[in-house]
Amino acid sequence: MNTPKPPRLADRLLEWLVGPHLLESLLGDLHEEFDYQVGRVGEKRARWRYWREVLGFVKPRFIRGPKSIHSTPNPTDMLRNYLKIALRGLVKNKAYSAINIGGLAVGMAVAMLIGLWVWDELTYDHYHENHDRIAQVWQSRTSNGEITTRITVPRPLEMSLRNEYSDYFDHIVMSSWTLRGVVAYGNTQLVKEGNYMQPAAPEMLSLEILAGQKDGLQEINSIMLAASTAKGLFGDEDPIGKIVRFDNEHNLKVTGIFADIPASDSFNETTFIIPWEHLVANTEWIRNAADQWGNNSFRLFVQLADNATMSEVSAKIKDIKLKANPELADQNPQFLLLPMNDWHLRSTFENGVQSGGGFENVWLFGFIGAFVLLLACINFMNLSTARSEKRAREVGIRKAVGSVRSQLVSQFLSESFLVVGLAFWIAVLLVLLSIPAFNTLADKQITFPWENLYFWGISLFFIVVTAMLSGSYPALYLSSFQPVKVLKGTFRVGRYAALPRKVLVVLQFTVSVALIIGTVTVFRQVQFTKNRPIGYDRAGLVQIPLTEGAFGGKYAFIRNELINSGAVVDMSATSNPTTEVYYGRGGFKWAGMPDDFQASFSWIWVSPDYVKSLGMKIIAGRDFSPDFPSDSNAILLNKTAVEYMGLSDPVGTTLREEGGRGMKVIGIVDDIVMDSPYEPVKPSVYDFNRGPVRFYHLRLTPNQSASRSIATVESVFKKNFPQLPFEYKFVDEEYAAKFAAEERIGKLAGMFTLLAILISCLGLFGLASYVAEQRTKEIGIRKVLGASVASLWRLLSKDFVFLVLIALLIAVPLAWYFMEGWLQKYTYRTELSWWIFAVSGAGAVALTLFTVSFQSIKAALMNPVKSLRSE
Amino acid sequence: MERTYLGEFEEIVLLTAAVLALQNDAYGVAITHEIIEETGRSVRLNQVHAALQRLEDKGMVKSHMGEPTPERGGRRKRLFNITAYGQRTLRDIQAVRESLWSRMQVPFHPALNL
Repeated sequence: MNTPKPPRLADRLLEWLVGPHLLESLLGDLHEEFDYQVGRVGEKRARWRYWREVLGFVKPRFIRGPKSIHSTPNPTDMLRNYLKIALRGLVKNKAYSAINIGGLAVGMAVAMLIGLWVWDELTYDHYHENHDRIAQVWQSRTSNGEITTRITVPRPLEMSLRNEYSDYFDHIVMSSWTLRGVVAYGNTQLVKEGNYMQPAAPEMLSLEILAGQKDGLQEINSIMLAASTAKGLFGDEDPIGKIVRFDNEHNLKVTGIFADIPASDSFNETTFIIPWEHLVANTEWIRNAADQWGNNSFRLFVQLADNATMSEVSAKIKDIKLKANPELADQNPQFLLLPMNDWHLRSTFENGVQSGGGFENVWLFGFIGAFVLLLACINFMNLSTARSEKRAREVGIRKAVGSVRSQLVSQFLSESFLVVGLAFWIAVLLVLLSIPAFNTLADKQITFPWENLYFWGISLFFIVVTAMLSGSYPALYLSSFQPVKVLKGTFRVGRYAALPRKVLVVLQFTVSVALIIGTVTVFRQVQFTKNRPIGYDRAGLVQIPLTEGAFGGKYAFIRNELINSGAVVDMSATSNPTTEVYYGRGGFKWAGMPDDFQASFSWIWVSPDYVKSLGMKIIAGRDFSPDFPSDSNAILLNKTAVEYMGLSDPVGTTLREEGGRGMKVIGIVDDIVMDSPYEPVKPSVYDFNRGPVRFYHLRLTPNQSASRSIATVESVFKKNFPQLPFEYKFVDEEYAAKFAAEERIGKLAGMFTLLAILISCLGLFGLASYVAEQRTKEIGIRKVLGASVASLWRLLSKDFVFLVLIALLIAVPLAWYFMEGWLQKYTYRTELSWWIFAVSGAGAVALTLFTVSFQSIKAALMNPVKSLRSE
Repeated sequence: MERTYLGEFEEIVLLTAAVLALQNDAYGVAITHEIIEETGRSVRLNQVHAALQRLEDKGMVKSHMGEPTPERGGRRKRLFNITAYGQRTLRDIQAVRESLWSRMQVPFHPALNL
């Protein structure tokens, strides 16, 4: 066994700090004591005690060199000397140091966290080696004068690209949507998400293959698994060559294991890949779509060849569909390539033009981070300069004794380097501590970038810049003093010396107030939307996702059994969850439709009990009913659809598919919020019972505990589908999840605002104490002459309040402008009311008063005898 | 009598050093352990070192580096000796205390007033 060694880092610290004449014996004693303690209390506690001992030696007494030795200073010795002096100064003025270093550290920590977040956003999808040459094919189409751009393309496009344009591509990969499926091996069943993809996918996505082959998708009955999925299914067994059962229908051979795709990646949900051909062979409508240019249901990824550029290829392929189908000219279908680098942050299109998306948030947070950091630096500069004036006399003496200006400059600079460096390490510590909480808040999986050279480079750069900026003013300003003047006492700080400080305080509070207003607005917007009436009853509504195929034909039976069990009062089956719209359909005609109108609707297939089970309101006509056999061709419209179609007497209208069946409108339902709660409801059609059934909606019995009802439901499901895992979601939770993104932004912004305010107040506190100290004598005289505490408090506070009022004047219009712009994004939005500004302003003034009052009242209460007696 | 002021802790350190110096073993760790044993208080190395330095500043102890030993990674010990001034101070303290004690005729008998 190795004998335990005392912590190296502690020894280093000691070597650096302690005078050389003491070092050897101290180290010896410490090591001896360490060995002794290891024997007594074990290594861990001995190490802890060792640290305590070493920190105990960080005192001026041990730091200084021997008195008797007059060494000739060489540059590094001088630097050490400066640092030691600075360290002593810090220890001496504890409150000042705490404010200064703490404030800076918090600011740096915030900036680092935001920096890590921004970095994570900007490097999204960089997991793939060829991310700058991978693209997804999008399609834009024109209808009613508006261009919509979507991720979906028709199947024949693939063959067309392969046959005629193959020179431009290294890989062409068709993919399904990311679907849920049940993967089973033995008795283990996992519900996992994954894709059907063409064989080149692992190569194109540069998946890291841990076992098996990279081209494991050649065989139609094969499957490649992510490491975590394989681990869950097989444990420590070797998965390669094993047969898994998929969706209870297909036996697939495991041909490869790929490393899990990281969280910050567009494919992060893909935990298995099955050959695309397998999906095609088993799904009739996909097979039929092989030459249908009209079925836009597919996803196509490509990797460009080395010699091709995105724009060039985009231009080449954009009219493929039009050439094959000249009759679609009025839709003007256009293909375009969206580079992988744009997927995450720039995949929003407005009327055919790429428009921001998540990128705005990156900018927003980048700005906040930069500002918080700026605030912290401003504090630091303000406090250093304010304090440096107190040191005028020290400078005078140093100069008189023979210091050269350059020595003084380097002394002040090394001081600020020391402080900034200390603050940096505290900030690193803060970040390490807060990363888990931050990840939860931001829904990320960020780790501290120990190995990222950029991070250290930027940090170093920042340390140097801050230290130089904050140190240079005192350094240059103070070193210019004439010693005679300073020492004789005729020295006066210039009249405008405080001006830069004032400007900086105004800037700080401008930022803080703007941030407060912004945060309040974001919260109000979320709150406003949350309170929007949604048109159906969420209480006790549960949705159960179904695995396609397994439930076919059993609906009536299950419904009966569930209602008889007493756990469920009503139930319906539908093609999509209540909280989302999956399908859109176009190409309809009806009597009185304008000629050039291209109608498209949100399309929801429902069982006859849908309206009732959701608690929707019928506002005209009637619901589906088993009493009318003709209802198999009936539809319901929502209110928006009636307005959209321009119908005055909607009930009884027939909606006709182009060249297909006619559907009779039998009733109108009130709008319900299915998609984004921030947007208006889309014109929707509820179609009777002939589409895919992918969800059950259950209304739980109201006066029974939900957990009990769910248990009953589960047992019914287990009895009928023993081979499937049972899953369910409460609709109100799903609905609440729609606000996650905005709430996340709100919470993050709120947190950063709080920190920004904290930092500003710290700075103010420091400045106020400085001013109070400077005017001690004046306050004493005023008191002796009869000034009241209140009048003194007014005297000291009014300057700061004045500065904050100026800040308000600047912040309010700025914040108004930006928040108005932000709100424009939402159709359904709150108003910016005057009271937000009033409250934020009043809050800022109150905070200022509170912060400053502490110091000014302290100064005003001081015994004048004390302040006047000195000197 | 004009004397350098000696704190209580310094006094203990000085006394312990004086005792250990007889065996030529008065250095940081040994003094610390001796104090812990004798007084039962928890004393840390850096406190003892700080006290020793103050004592050296006041001229009550002198120090020199000992011979290198294979323990402690071959590092030398700083061994302390009591100066004549230190010895006199200790004796003065003892004298003051003894004279005070001797004037106490019946030292601390329990007094019961019923």
